[in-house]
Amino acid sequence: MNPGPDGGGLRLVAAMSGGVDSAVAAARAVEAGHDVTGVHLALSRNPRSYRSGARGCCSIEDAGDARRAADTLGIPFFVWDMSEEFADEVVDDFVTEYAAGRTPNPCLRCNEKIKFAAVLDRAVALGFDGVVTGHYAQVRDGAEGVELHRSRDAAKDQSYVLGVLTQDQLRRSHFPLGGSVKTDVRAEAAARGLQVATKPDSHDICFVADGDNAGWLAEKLGPRPGAIVDESGTVLREHDGAYAYTIGQRRGLRLGVPADDGRPRFVLDIEPVSGTVTVGPREHLLVDVLEGDRPLWCTAPPSGPLECTVQLRAHGAEHRARVTVDGGAVHVELHDPAEGIAPGQACVVYEGTRVVGSATITRTRRTAAA
Amino acid sequence: MNERRTSYLDHAATTPMVPEAIAVMTEELARTGNASSLHAAGRAARRVVEESRELIAERFGARPSEVVFCSGGTEANNLAIKGLFWSRRGADARRDRVLFSSIEHHALLDPVTWLAAHEGARIDMTPVDRIGRVRVDALREAVERDPGDVAVVTTMWANNEMGTVQPVPEVVAIARDHGIPVHSDAVQAAGYLPLDFGASGLDAMTVTAHKLGGPVGVGALVVRREVEPVPLLHGGGQERDVRSGTIGVALIAAFAKAVEVTTDRQAATSARVEALRARLVDGIRRVVPDAIVNGDPEPGPDHRLPNIAHVTFPGCEGDAMLMLLDAQGVEVSTGSACAAGVPQPSHVLLAMGYDDAAARGSLRFSLGHTSTEADVDHVLEVLPAVHERARAASLVRSRS
Repeated sequence: MNPGPDGGGLRLVAAMSGGVDSAVAAARAVEAGHDVTGVHLALSRNPRSYRSGARGCCSIEDAGDARRAADTLGIPFFVWDMSEEFADEVVDDFVTEYAAGRTPNPCLRCNEKIKFAAVLDRAVALGFDGVVTGHYAQVRDGAEGVELHRSRDAAKDQSYVLGVLTQDQLRRSHFPLGGSVKTDVRAEAAARGLQVATKPDSHDICFVADGDNAGWLAEKLGPRPGAIVDESGTVLREHDGAYAYTIGQRRGLRLGVPADDGRPRFVLDIEPVSGTVTVGPREHLLVDVLEGDRPLWCTAPPSGPLECTVQLRAHGAEHRARVTVDGGAVHVELHDPAEGIAPGQACVVYEGTRVVGSATITRTRRTAAA
Repeated sequence: MNERRTSYLDHAATTPMVPEAIAVMTEELARTGNASSLHAAGRAARRVVEESRELIAERFGARPSEVVFCSGGTEANNLAIKGLFWSRRGADARRDRVLFSSIEHHALLDPVTWLAAHEGARIDMTPVDRIGRVRVDALREAVERDPGDVAVVTTMWANNEMGTVQPVPEVVAIARDHGIPVHSDAVQAAGYLPLDFGASGLDAMTVTAHKLGGPVGVGALVVRREVEPVPLLHGGGQERDVRSGTIGVALIAAFAKAVEVTTDRQAATSARVEALRARLVDGIRRVVPDAIVNGDPEPGPDHRLPNIAHVTFPGCEGDAMLMLLDAQGVEVSTGSACAAGVPQPSHVLLAMGYDDAAARGSLRFSLGHTSTEADVDHVLEVLPAVHERARAASLVRSRS
């Protein structure tokens, strides 16, 4: 099914965002001898005409960049309208999660529900063997099936946002950039005559204009006033919506009076029903036990307690941990406490460079005060 | 590797240039001369332009002075609709209503809606029937509600998606009683039906070269002398002071040659493509029994163009079929416009009363002067597998 490093000969859809990575990924798939069709996913219902800020996809200009790259490679190119699926599965979920006081990662959600689900299903139904993307991650054959590994370029590694993929999805996924470093990819794009070689990387959430998460959510959810309190319950001020706050946040709290001890305060907890945001000192952010649900395993779920590492946010650090799975519940004990972990974030479990699977964090706690 | 076999069935998008037009064009491109210059080179260029104008006028039943060259169909439609709106309202401020049909090309619809958004025009859309023909009764009612406030009426000659021929004589008859000018976009009709501008009673008519074997980038608004559209482009006033811009001698010469060749052979070509269309439609119905052929089933110059077959494939998405056919070397269109690169359901099918799913599940096959039986058979050979896959893909989508 997956000839790995790379016999060619498959019919593949290359998801082309208009950025440099997906263009080079498509180019490598073509060169490996696959029959590649470029597809740009139209995800926004009302796309903007031009790029703005750090957004690197989703505008009409980006669709044009993707088309230009496909034309340069001499492959067919089509736009697939996935805006309805994206709105239902990713945007609505994002809003609902924030309204519930959690901090979702829409990129994981998009990979799970759109890129490697709706798009892959459609591709397979249309007679394609799989999907090529410009993600920095590696797919390898292993003892228990296809394995997902971190990319060679540690700084660009995107295995975290792919931690939701199952065997079936991984088998049909091709990540030609997994063994490369970004600087080489850019150089290769230039050498191949791809116009996007110097296009900046995208960083922000693609559907939130100008990275203004709080403003965007305020528009969707309207004012939901509540209180910012300290750990004793004393109200420090009112706010317009708890969705504007994230656990671990320090900036933008506008608390006016300093804490008694004069030290900075951080968001420790968000209670969605009352909208109460609790703040306190940094050391109270530390947690060492995480509970998760909605586990997704790349191969078989761990049978017993697993000594491993976990990553808790995109480009975040690795934490040594012991993971125990009980059906749909995942219990994670961190060997050293970590700070700023919010429910809604994904906990991706690694053994070495291999992704074991992931779960969505539901609760966090501290076993003993420091 | 096998030689990739391609069959081009998208002649309504653009049709190959006839070799005679290519020859004339390359010859003229090698020659220098601004047709507005007074010296010998200019005079020679001017002569080519005027001979071209005379030929085009003669073939379309117009006087040479009625042919205003421009860049093509979009410009001619903009000039007609905006120019006539401005001149008619300028003469009488009450005339601010534009009557147009629901199945016009975007090159007409968009200027109309622009006038509404920016120039205070009131716009009045005439509905069509189930085969995509303008409802004359509705148009009459719309005109007679208050004939004194109508600036201009426009109805295309034949629809670019369905091929349905519109009741231009009836439209003209309704408007003429009230002295209202009528424009018709005849871009798709010009290659396949005899056009007689004078006999039609129209005041303005759009034609373009690349739909009939000429080059992209040149067309004409055929417009009666008494009708003076306000110009869109101001400058040297080269074309009757209605259109400015250095005259494209080579483009115009090639346009005229294409008109000459195409109208010479029109009866034979139209009969030939009508037979190919019948072969295609019969074959599609055999392969996909539930396929629906849209538009007017009746052949003939009062009913539909001979070269377009617009087909709905229930349960399929047109853009999936287009992709799969393209992979097999068959080039067709969904016939509808893209918004932001995303295929939109055809406004023409929606206007005809089809639902969104049917409007998305359609393809336009359009034949032309280079089409062969082998092209048609190529489509029919690959269609069964393409259709099966497209239907499966659409099921995946509705499940998710």
